[in-house]
Amino acid sequence: MHSDAFDRYHHHDSALHRLDPRIKVVVAIAFIISNALLPDGAWMAFGLAWLFVLLASALSDLGLGYTFRRSFIVLPFALVAVTVLFSIPGKPVSQFHFMMWDFTVTDAGLLRFVSIVIRSWISVQIAILLVAVTRFPDLIHAFEHLRVPAILTTIIAFLYRYLFVLSDEVIRLLRARQSRSAAAAGQRSGGGVLWRARVSGNMAGQLFLRSYERSDRIYNAMLARGYAGQLLTLNPHELHGRDWAYAVAAFLFILAMQFVGRF
Amino acid sequence: MLYSPIAPMHIPDGFLSIVISVICWAITIVTLGVAISRTNKSLGERQVPLMGVMAAFIFAAQMINFPVAGGTSGHLLGGALAAITLGPWAGMLVMTAVIAVQGLLFQDGGLVVMGANILNMGLLTAAVGYGLYRSAIGSKFTIKLTVAGVAAWLSVMTGALATSMQLWLSGTANIGVVVPAMLGVHALIGLGEALVTVAALSFILRTRPDLLGEQSASAQGGRGWILTGVLITLAVVLLSPLASASPDGLNRVAMDLGFIQTAQTASGPLAGYTVPFLSSISASKIVAGSIGVIVVLAIAVITGRSLQTKKPNS
Repeated sequence: MHSDAFDRYHHHDSALHRLDPRIKVVVAIAFIISNALLPDGAWMAFGLAWLFVLLASALSDLGLGYTFRRSFIVLPFALVAVTVLFSIPGKPVSQFHFMMWDFTVTDAGLLRFVSIVIRSWISVQIAILLVAVTRFPDLIHAFEHLRVPAILTTIIAFLYRYLFVLSDEVIRLLRARQSRSAAAAGQRSGGGVLWRARVSGNMAGQLFLRSYERSDRIYNAMLARGYAGQLLTLNPHELHGRDWAYAVAAFLFILAMQFVGRF
Repeated sequence: MLYSPIAPMHIPDGFLSIVISVICWAITIVTLGVAISRTNKSLGERQVPLMGVMAAFIFAAQMINFPVAGGTSGHLLGGALAAITLGPWAGMLVMTAVIAVQGLLFQDGGLVVMGANILNMGLLTAAVGYGLYRSAIGSKFTIKLTVAGVAAWLSVMTGALATSMQLWLSGTANIGVVVPAMLGVHALIGLGEALVTVAALSFILRTRPDLLGEQSASAQGGRGWILTGVLITLAVVLLSPLASASPDGLNRVAMDLGFIQTAQTASGPLAGYTVPFLSSISASKIVAGSIGVIVVLAIAVITGRSLQTKKPNS
């Protein structure tokens, strides 16, 4: 399988691509925390946060609309926040009748709902940008530098490495299922839901065994090549003055955003 | 195409308050710390390829879907299966890696709220799934599988309840609506999870029984897991009906503890939960009731099992 099916990295040579991954991770997380800390209805600050996303996009050479186009992934989850529209007491804004109930949208509820959705929408854009300008192995390496236990980062690195191999395996399994359970015209193929669930379960079990046995082989191969408990990398990851300058600028921006949002 | 987020359980950034995110991270970090030291002891350096590839397995297995009805399809979430096959601590690490990649690479779940997502979908599911299964380890094929099925179903319900509670404590959702709605949806998702988990386990038991036998990682978890599983189950059983039936009481508690700062003017006509379709009528009671029945059954089976398996030791 071609790695592009999963990888979200976009190859360019922009300022953001060259920035040290540690700086990118820390700034992205600080930005998301800052969004979560902004009070409801801090429109100016939300505007600044969006400006931050746009500036970062401009630095990344990916086009200003890049993160926007992919940011709709959070929308389905906004459903759970819909309830605050009706449940926070305040002045009624609009009322409507649906089936047999009356719904009243309050101003406080509307404010809260819109704020939640905006916060989430802006936060997800920076996360999208982060993986678009940073190679996944570099990202993992950055987390290692940031004191995430090596065992976790190595497991994640392995997950990423074998994701493609096992996805190929799954695609073969799915193709086999499809070709074996073809229906004759006008006839129903296969059994009921229970039967289908069992077939899926058997496939998962089979995949489990294949993966388990593969991990044995991988471990033996690693030992054969001199593995001693650590993955080594050639990339030195050194912080330069330029990286610090970007970090300081980003943090000043975030502080200004908080200041505007609170006063 | 290949990766589509389905279960509404991955919380994105912005939906949890900082306080709740930090509390969840704290619980997650402590639990993961223990998990890392335990797996280090039992597996050593072999753990890296094993758990890495098994994490990729869970990720890939989530793509095996089966049509249910009306264009919807079921698939595996994997928390219970990972914990049952690899042991609870390794299962937790594997699920953590899966959730981390889902959040980092696919933005399916946020970064700052990842602690909560790991807690809900990785740690709690593994603890409940393994805890209940552990009680049936020495028993017959069918009983083992039945308990595993119940454990898988409950693991999904536990994750859903924890997710709704965190959303509610963050002031993002109304507890009287979100708990019955999330539990209702996940009661069905959990059914798919239970069926697939049982089928996968029975396949493994038939083809490689050694992987789940007495000497396997799966049997290494101590008896404390049974207690953990039962305690979490009890918490789910007690909280679900309480949250569905009397959200007022829980709202009061949360406000007293300072989690929710809504200026509640209880006299207004819109106080509390005003969307009535799930909070007041039978849907929530049916959910609560069926959880109750199943859990009581599960506890009966578990107590029976653990009493039975104790005998040969003494």
